[in-house]
Amino acid sequence: MKLPTSITTLIAGILVTLISLWYGQHHGWMPEAASREAPLVDDLFNMMMTIATALFLLIQGALIIAIFRFRQKPGDNTDGPPLEGDIGLEIVWTAIPVVIVMVLSVYSFEVYNEMGGLDPAASRDPGPQKTAVVPGTAMAATLPGQDKIALGVGASPKQQGNNAMVNVDVLGLQYAWIFTYPDSGVVSGELHVPAGQDVKLKIAAQDVIHAVWIPQFRLKQDAIPGRDTQLRFKPEVTGTYPLICAELCGAYHGAMRTQVIVHTPEEYDEWLQSQIAAKEHGDGLTVAQIMANTDNRLARQTQDWNISPEAIATLQHMHPQMHHHL
Amino acid sequence: MTSTSVEPKTSPPNPEPERHWKDFFGFSTDHKVIGIQYFVTSFFFYLVAGLMATSIRIELATPNPDFLGAENYNGVLTLHGTMMIFLWIVPTGAAFANYLIPLMIGAKDMAFPVLNGLAFWLVPPGGVLLLTSLILNQPPVAGWTSYPPLSLISGEVGEMMWILSVLLLGTSSILGGINFVTTIFKMRIKDMSLYDMPLFCWSMLATSLLILVSTPVLAGALILLSFDLIAGTAFFNPTGGGDPIVYQHMFWFYSHPAVYIMILPVFGLISDILPVHARKPIFGYKAIAYSSIAIAFLGNIVWAHHMFTSGTPGWLRVFFMAATMIIAVPTGIKVFSWVATVWGGKLRLNSAMLFAIGFVSMFLIGGLSGVMVASVPFDIHVHDTYFIVAHFHYVLFGGSVFGIFAGIYHWFPKMVGRMMNETWGKIHFVLTFIGFNLAFFPMHILGLQGMPRRVVQYDPAFTTLNQVCTVGSLILAVSTLPFLVNAAWSWFKGPIAGANPWNALTLEWQTSSPPIIENFEEEPVLWSGPYDYGVDREQDDDKSVSELLAEVKAQM
Ligand code: HEM
Ligand SMILES: [Cu+2]
Ligand SMILES: [Cu+2]
Repeated sequence: MKLPTSITTLIAGILVTLISLWYGQHHGWMPEAASREAPLVDDLFNMMMTIATALFLLIQGALIIAIFRFRQKPGDNTDGPPLEGDIGLEIVWTAIPVVIVMVLSVYSFEVYNEMGGLDPAASRDPGPQKTAVVPGTAMAATLPGQDKIALGVGASPKQQGNNAMVNVDVLGLQYAWIFTYPDSGVVSGELHVPAGQDVKLKIAAQDVIHAVWIPQFRLKQDAIPGRDTQLRFKPEVTGTYPLICAELCGAYHGAMRTQVIVHTPEEYDEWLQSQIAAKEHGDGLTVAQIMANTDNRLARQTQDWNISPEAIATLQHMHPQMHHHL
Repeated sequence: MTSTSVEPKTSPPNPEPERHWKDFFGFSTDHKVIGIQYFVTSFFFYLVAGLMATSIRIELATPNPDFLGAENYNGVLTLHGTMMIFLWIVPTGAAFANYLIPLMIGAKDMAFPVLNGLAFWLVPPGGVLLLTSLILNQPPVAGWTSYPPLSLISGEVGEMMWILSVLLLGTSSILGGINFVTTIFKMRIKDMSLYDMPLFCWSMLATSLLILVSTPVLAGALILLSFDLIAGTAFFNPTGGGDPIVYQHMFWFYSHPAVYIMILPVFGLISDILPVHARKPIFGYKAIAYSSIAIAFLGNIVWAHHMFTSGTPGWLRVFFMAATMIIAVPTGIKVFSWVATVWGGKLRLNSAMLFAIGFVSMFLIGGLSGVMVASVPFDIHVHDTYFIVAHFHYVLFGGSVFGIFAGIYHWFPKMVGRMMNETWGKIHFVLTFIGFNLAFFPMHILGLQGMPRRVVQYDPAFTTLNQVCTVGSLILAVSTLPFLVNAAWSWFKGPIAGANPWNALTLEWQTSSPPIIENFEEEPVLWSGPYDYGVDREQDDDKSVSELLAEVKAQM
């Protein structure tokens, strides 16, 4: 049975639509979504996947059909039809991408705004901040609740103007992350945050550019020496997630990772109180200890990598200097 | 037509060799010799950078650094990226342009032959510098982007050699660009309007304009960087009050356009190859020509999309998102036109055509992920991850390298006078296609799931997918062997090609293969547009071009 082309085209069109709609939702390529921001990005990505799948099937399909259907017959050395263009068609396929990118731009803009990317406190560039290079002032400069303009993702439109519930100063340095809770002076090598509360990270870098990436939150921001940046978000799902350095920062860049622990608010308070208590007893973590832990980890990991002892020595060299900074 | 008009030459197969092999090892001013010098040199660096790629992938077969080691990894990575871009893709574009442009427009040579030779001779020292840094065991380690402050604190020797090398290669491409623009505007035969040019010439025109606008800015950035590095200035060094973000702006002001510098020539090659082997005119000549110019223009105003998570204010991120998205329109026009060219044709599925169609479908995937990363909120998640590594390899390998191979299979008979072996060509294609997709497709998923790029050590949860990538890259490495053997063998032993083995209509096929030193015995005459396939010629299938021409003339 031979169907008329219009019917086969129609059937193909329906099939492509169904497959893309299904695949756009079921690709399963994103990791767990654990922040308020993550589902926003995932919905956007799913829509882009739907469109991409449809375009891929159509164009790739046309190519594959052409390969089989329009293959030169043996002995046939004639040319094909002299079709040089078709204004109608050309207008249609200029219009299709125009519409697609307009829809995607508007949708992306909405998502970005909803995430807090257009918060005036985060979307203007104050330029390099000299303070960060004056020893002794880098981290101490931020008073609780004080909002300096810093680049990055800011408050969601509903939160704009409000201070975040939890503020954390993040310092990236080769090859560790140091988290300071300015309200209490607690220092940690892991990021602890309460679920369901607005968190703001103020991000700085000590030596070279690093980047804070929490895949489960779909958030990333470079840590730039001499210039503060920020990320503001609301963790939603309790659990432990990786926090990864995403900007090449030296030989051990791949080992520069730690954890984000999203507690329930009660657990978070307990953790914070225990840290404050430990600090008052004089056995809270110090930056030197965090660095030493990092070095141990690096040393452990690098034992069988046969790296030079000098490299480790350089790392250790940095501690006194670090002390100074905090 | 005037009485001086002549038929295109279907000269005797393989005319007497006019050149000695030594001509290819010295300073030549013949654009064809220079073209081949470019080809061989850049292919050599492709093999070197490919070996580096293979060792990167062997390293990444396990989550721990156990093959290259953490200290060496970034060096190999930096050299791989730098060489692939500045010593393989960019000079290969120049190779095709040098060889083809004068032939395609009926000129005897380039506008500035000496400058042309000079431009080529800047390339080998650039490559040697990079390799020397490796031999000295002090390679640059800050990635091909060389962001300060990392590039300022990790080894002066390697970094300085990297800067010098890129400066040499950048100068070479500026000299080339000047030559291509002038040649295209000044050297066309008198009847040829811009709209009679093959599309490759249009794409090289766009490319050269891009080179001339953006490369000097890179040179500026690198010179300032070298001052910071060796003279203690602080343009980009935050400890002296400098701003590393300024470097990023300057770097990407060149390097974003650079991706079009790499891909536009290949767009041109494909636009010239598809019609010949589909036996159909290119669909939408003007649309393709203008879209090259549009891409060149837009390419200059989107650089900060490489900096969405860096020091770029929110409103600016949104502006660059919109500008970037618009590039999908001219690019889409090209893809649709290529598909329409193939559709309804009489396809000769030889190696050139397979690589050309492979190019369209691989570039399609790279383009689709490109629109995705243009979206700021999505890019925030995938920036600097393996999703990006996947995206740019689909564009640069699936796009550029597939297109380059298509071009080599297509024009080899013209350059060498002999045909390449089709069976080995097809084996090459199949291995490349399978290896490429195995090596790079899983990287999309790795990046989305949480694997950052440029890491020698990764979460063991990602081991399986990484091993798939490694197997793919080994297949890719092996896939070059049939090509090498085929090219070397066919060079000396392949069947004689004749002037126009593909029955193509552009001017370069109207002279002998390989062309004589001055290209054409007499100035050629435009007797047909570059893509007039199927025009009143259905019955003439077994007539030679010269017989056809006689008929055309008789009708006038
Ligand atoms: C032969 C097959 C190839 C393989 C297996 C391969 C593999 C890789 C891998 C795994 C990386 C990422 C390493 C990392 O981020 O840690 C990489 C980076 C890169 N590759 Fe390739 N590649 C190949 C061919 C190419 C080609 C043809 C080009 C371009 C023309 C290219 C350009 C680059 C660039 C620019 C980078 C980034 C380097 C950097 O981040 O500094 N590669 N390649
Ligand atoms: Cu880092
Ligand atoms: Cu890092």
